[in-house]
Amino acid sequence: MRKKITEFIIEKIIILCGVISIVFVALIFFFLLKEGLSLFTTYPAGKFILGSHWYPVSEPPKFGIISLIAGSLWVTLGAIIISVPIGIASAIYISEIAPRKVRDILKSGIEMLAAIPSVVIGFVGITTLVPLVKNVFGLPTGLTALSGSVMLAFMAVPTIVSIAEDAFYSIPKRYKEAALALGATHWQTIWRVLIRAAFPGIVAASMLGIGRVIGETMAVMMITGNMARIPHSFFDPVRTLTATIAAEMGETVRGSDHYFALFAIGIVLFIITFLINLIADIYINKELK
Amino acid sequence: MSKIVARELNAWYDKKCAVKSLSIEINKNEILGIIGPANSGKTTFLRCLNRLNDLEPHFRIEGNVLIDGRDIYAKGADVDALRKRVGMVFALPLPLPMSIYENIVYGPRRQGISARQKLDGIVENSLKEAYLWDEVKDRLDMPAMKLSGGQQQRLCIARALAVEPEIILFDEPSSGLDPISTAKVEEAMLKLKEKYTIVLVTNHTKQAARVSDRVAFFLMGELVEIAPTARMFTNPRDPRTEGYISGKFG
Amino acid sequence: MNETLDTSTTPPAAVKETLLKQILNPRMVQKGAFFLLLLATLLVIVPVGMIVVIIVAKGAPAISWEFLSAMPSRGMRAGGIFPAIIGSIYLVGATIVFAIPVGVFSAIYLVEYAGNTLLTRMVKLAIINLAGVPSIVYGLFGLGLFVIFLGFGPSILAGALTLAIMILPIIITTSKEALDAVPKSFREASLALGASKWQTIRHVVLPNALPGILTGIILGISRAAGETAPILFTVAAFYLPRLPTSVFDQVMVLPYHLFVVSTQIPNIEQSYTYGTALVLVGMVLVTNLAAILLRSKYRKKL
Repeated sequence: MRKKITEFIIEKIIILCGVISIVFVALIFFFLLKEGLSLFTTYPAGKFILGSHWYPVSEPPKFGIISLIAGSLWVTLGAIIISVPIGIASAIYISEIAPRKVRDILKSGIEMLAAIPSVVIGFVGITTLVPLVKNVFGLPTGLTALSGSVMLAFMAVPTIVSIAEDAFYSIPKRYKEAALALGATHWQTIWRVLIRAAFPGIVAASMLGIGRVIGETMAVMMITGNMARIPHSFFDPVRTLTATIAAEMGETVRGSDHYFALFAIGIVLFIITFLINLIADIYINKELK
Repeated sequence: MSKIVARELNAWYDKKCAVKSLSIEINKNEILGIIGPANSGKTTFLRCLNRLNDLEPHFRIEGNVLIDGRDIYAKGADVDALRKRVGMVFALPLPLPMSIYENIVYGPRRQGISARQKLDGIVENSLKEAYLWDEVKDRLDMPAMKLSGGQQQRLCIARALAVEPEIILFDEPSSGLDPISTAKVEEAMLKLKEKYTIVLVTNHTKQAARVSDRVAFFLMGELVEIAPTARMFTNPRDPRTEGYISGKFG
Repeated sequence: MNETLDTSTTPPAAVKETLLKQILNPRMVQKGAFFLLLLATLLVIVPVGMIVVIIVAKGAPAISWEFLSAMPSRGMRAGGIFPAIIGSIYLVGATIVFAIPVGVFSAIYLVEYAGNTLLTRMVKLAIINLAGVPSIVYGLFGLGLFVIFLGFGPSILAGALTLAIMILPIIITTSKEALDAVPKSFREASLALGASKWQTIRHVVLPNALPGILTGIILGISRAAGETAPILFTVAAFYLPRLPTSVFDQVMVLPYHLFVVSTQIPNIEQSYTYGTALVLVGMVLVTNLAAILLRSKYRKKL
């Protein structure tokens, strides 16, 4: 019957779409490797990972990414120092203390923050924060790791709040009830019982926040100054792994070593974020037990 | 020939055996009432007859179920066609989130019937057979969810009838209903038996007594006894049957 | 613990101790802690409001019909941003043409067909991975596969395919949630009437899940409209004096245009850049708000 044949085809299409995600991940990994590993036919991998000079246009070119990794790490560290405490605190406020209606408004507000595009955050950073940092700290330029960290903290907070809030939400009510029944105040309950119970979720939230920040491109590119040198303080300009790819790909010749090197950075980024997501996933599953 | 034959039927949900070595024959145009305490396998058996158990994860079945002599679990059997022939009315009324009219024509539409006049006719006939026509004939476009529980259940009966089944399975159809609605559902059942074969699972032994031609008593997945209604309730052969009917347990 | 202290007669150490006890009193600690938490939350919310206010205040003066409908001139310092708006619309439109069917069918697979197997576990893991890939890596991927390997060149096609894969997790996750929310009883009722599995999905499950699926699509649109990194090498054009005529053309798009005018063009009027930011943020926030409202309306209905 015609109906049976159409059904059969549709079901096959559904199954195909179902597994296509696996195909896409594999494709991404494959293309990164295809172009990125080509670098190592002419340039030693050790020098790539450990070299501290990124001079792609010098003769001979140097593709050491240590300074880029340092740049990414500093900016990420700064962003996390700012965003994790604030994010967890907000999550606690929203899930435990805020009245119902306020809670909904706050959650929507945070969702809107999450929706602001990275390029807009970068734009606002350039026009407001960067001059401010320059003036307040008397620096030659406001394009620093600090500025990057602050703006990236904005981008990490919604992720952290959302996951941490889920963690607090899923704590079984009886933990809270037991503590309160013993005479503890609401705050004491939060501080001693709930935070401990939600800890895996808090770790997961932080890890996902880190992942978000490390992967950020446009905002960092616009406000961290793009100097590929290992920073000595938060007031130095830095270059991140992501910004390097974005800034330089447009000018490279396809098939050149520089081109392959940028893909190699892509591999590094892919692996880093993959590991972070893996760890976060483990913690999320821990919490579900 | 019997309409439905089950031979050495065994069914498991995961490791738990719900039906053990069940053999039973159900005759054409009779109402078979199945009684028994909770977890006796009544609903499991019922859902084997329209293969609705296929939806349960880790469900396994052994043995044969024959309808008109053909094994419905045979490889390559057309399950959709089976479910058209074997209709079901569930314990809680399950109207689809549509109007009364749309609920009833849902089945026929899926079979490919689309002519408006034909569908109108199906709606009228089915609702009449379910003793619901007079109450809703002026408001067929109303959402079905707005009907009362008893009306919803009769709607579900009409909906099942709309696809012209040969067998209708009732799974504790009046469990959520008040006595008046229950009486209407039972009245419908008695009339329906003229055209259809009916298998009724019920927790109310009195209902089985009122409506069935024969009664089967299930206990812990096994068929303990099956007999014409009158004899079943006056002179049951198995002491367990007697115990259940007289309320000693259950 | 509200003793009044006669500070004139009690020794200083005792005063200090009582004061300390009052501060460390659990209720006071709680008040302090809650205040700090509120402060933290405000630290998140208030800047959001401020960002929006600044952009609106400084960008509104530039918004005019000419700004929205004219081509850029004088090296993009004047004129309008029309090609960027149109380009964004085309690009996002093409993106969802690819993302919606694949995403919704993926979700249908996960909810209606997938068993508790290793394959299913792998699919779910793959979706999580896709969600975690940095946007610039998507850019590299799009460059490698669509622009170069498949030879589409920088084009709407390459950009849309790249963005589609990027927003796939959003659409799959929200659609899956919507499909899961459809009561099992509806499916049973439909199947018991002889409808096939696909018929049940098509006529009962999907219509019921539609609001939730729509929410996911709108969220995906919002995301795709704002992304820059994935389109840097796959479609974005610095300056195109004419509108696109085919899917193989490059286009100007709003987020890239904002990046360009705020970092590459010196001596540009402030309201012009803020105006571009306003249009972009306006598009993104309005679509996001629409999704949030749709979702809360839908959740109330359940």
